[in-house]
Amino acid sequence: MKLNRTSRGARAGVVVGALALTLAACGSDNAVPGAAGGESSAPAAGGSELSGELVGAGASSQESAMEAWRAGFQSANPDVSVSYDPAGSGAGRTQFLEGGTDFAGSDAALDEEELATAEERCFGAGVTELPLYISPIAVIYNLPEVTEQLQMSAATIAGIFSGAITNWNDPAIAAENEGVTLPDLAITPVNRSDESGTTENFTEYLAAAAPEVWTEEPSGDWPFSGTQSAQGTSGVVQTVEGAEGTIGYADASRAGSLGTVAVKVGEEYVPFSPEAAAAVVDASPVAEGRAEHDLALELERDTTEAGAYPIVLVSYTIACLAYEEQEQVDLVKAWLTYLASEGGQQAAAGAAGNAPISETLREQVTAAIGAITLAS
Amino acid sequence: MSTTPTRRPEGAEPSLTPAESMTHGRASLANRAFARLSTASGVTILALLAAVTVFLVLEAMPAVTTSPAELAERISWFPEAGGILGYVGPLVFGTLLAAVLALLIGTPLAIGIALFISHYAPRRLAQGLGYLVDLLAAIPSVVYGLWGSLVLAPRIVPVQDFLAQYLGWIPLFDGPAAHPARTVFTVGVVLAVMILPIITAVCREVFLQTPRLHEEAALALGATRLEVIRTAVLPFARSGIISAAMLGLGRALGETMAVLMILSPGFAYSFALLQAGQHQTIAANIANQFPEANTYGVSTLIATGLVLFVITLAVNMLARWIVSRRAEFSGAN
Repeated sequence: MKLNRTSRGARAGVVVGALALTLAACGSDNAVPGAAGGESSAPAAGGSELSGELVGAGASSQESAMEAWRAGFQSANPDVSVSYDPAGSGAGRTQFLEGGTDFAGSDAALDEEELATAEERCFGAGVTELPLYISPIAVIYNLPEVTEQLQMSAATIAGIFSGAITNWNDPAIAAENEGVTLPDLAITPVNRSDESGTTENFTEYLAAAAPEVWTEEPSGDWPFSGTQSAQGTSGVVQTVEGAEGTIGYADASRAGSLGTVAVKVGEEYVPFSPEAAAAVVDASPVAEGRAEHDLALELERDTTEAGAYPIVLVSYTIACLAYEEQEQVDLVKAWLTYLASEGGQQAAAGAAGNAPISETLREQVTAAIGAITLAS
Repeated sequence: MSTTPTRRPEGAEPSLTPAESMTHGRASLANRAFARLSTASGVTILALLAAVTVFLVLEAMPAVTTSPAELAERISWFPEAGGILGYVGPLVFGTLLAAVLALLIGTPLAIGIALFISHYAPRRLAQGLGYLVDLLAAIPSVVYGLWGSLVLAPRIVPVQDFLAQYLGWIPLFDGPAAHPARTVFTVGVVLAVMILPIITAVCREVFLQTPRLHEEAALALGATRLEVIRTAVLPFARSGIISAAMLGLGRALGETMAVLMILSPGFAYSFALLQAGQHQTIAANIANQFPEANTYGVSTLIATGLVLFVITLAVNMLARWIVSRRAEFSGAN
């Protein structure tokens, strides 16, 4: 456990370091496309000429990715300082809409009321919401005797977490796992005790993919009481590790040595992987009624697309489409371009274990970043 | 320097006339400065308490004045019915339950340790043991939390199973026992360990102050050691023990990290100590919900904090009152 963590930390450090080198070596390659796409008068010499301060706040889910991004961006642009306060999605959106920050991180897209406020805050140009942080959520379980990876449909998962399926040898589980010897052991579902984006995305998945079993409204708070629960991802993982027969949901990068469920999508069972998580995002259309460069997604939780893993948390980076000063415009563009770049996504993946965005999504994102201009 | 001893009692009086202070020169100036300083320190405490109260009341105001329906709409974890009192009620219950449980386990143990140190152990062992118990107080509560959730919880499962199986007819031990043992029972045990040092330290001091004459008189009457303790030490120390227990209760009420890390929270008025997801304490709930709370949520959480503040204040005042009521009988005078 401990060793594991150290090695991950070390790996993250190496990735960030390597990335910083790459960026320094080809800084112009990375920073110019975004600027050029914007048809603005950005300096063509690349990232190193940027200077100024970028302030952001928002989702705590993005915290470790942000750390990596900040380190990578700041070492390529020594005169730029970027800060990110992981105050939570709600606080991040509020601060951004009040003009206190330059960008926000949020697990949820802006709602209509917020969009109206954003219009004003962004000098009439509106906002862009970029799904730059995609993180698969794993359904983790503690059954040391079962060596095979368990397979479950959404209905089975919903049954377990709603308390309808109470034993591991239940026929519903056995039917999906032929040939696996399931123990006669009570199932102890473990959920998050604090309000969280992970819970919200997980319940959204259950409600969309198994509506007949999961009748609760999706919410950041767990709908049932009297359950085993713990604070934070690490709390859930630790609780699941603490006793046999437990099952929980957590950020996939933290699953460690616990078993993870392969989820039924269409006719096959898909274990979580970065590619599978990115695939479901690609398969999802942009939400209806959104402005041109607003990439708020309508996630297809009940997708039947082959090889897509539907339990994902998508966290947005929200920025204005117009800023007051040219310097700020250049800064925001370079920052977002770096976040979306292959290097940026790899850096985040090394630190946070998220799924890098696909090439298709990157194209859309780059177009949106290009639309950021000086406020008129 | 030769005049100092004669002036010292005078200097303790804050009411020196200007003429006097002029004649007494530098030493008097120091005296006055020190008197001012210590007065200022005393006033600071009062000001701090007032500031905390004002802060809590002001910040809690929005949660109290906003209608429950609106709160329920704006805060995802706020109950649909019952309003702010309905929300804080189970929390108060959980807080008191965990603290009282800790006290029930901790106090007898602490009295035993204190008696051993003061009356049974050889002097050198007693000293070392005293240090060790004091060291328990130096362990950060987050370490207790880690210990409780990683070490104690898995090992306490058989105890819980035993209680649920054989004493399950008592509502307190109603089964099935939770597995993993993230229950208020485990929390009570950990809190008991956490409040041991303060209770033990106070009890030890009180026991050591038992008048030698009382003990010797009891021995002269042919009392055994147990009878000496029963007839001379414990009656003398009663008010001390009570105030020690109240100090411990104060700590148990406000303990946050350990509870947060060990307990699977829930909002019920339930005495089932062995079941998970039934109880939550005010302090742990604040720590749990604060990071993602919006303005209304923060205000509601602070309102629960205000309730905790009032409870803790009441407990301490009660302890003072008991001690002062008993003081005249204790023989300390």
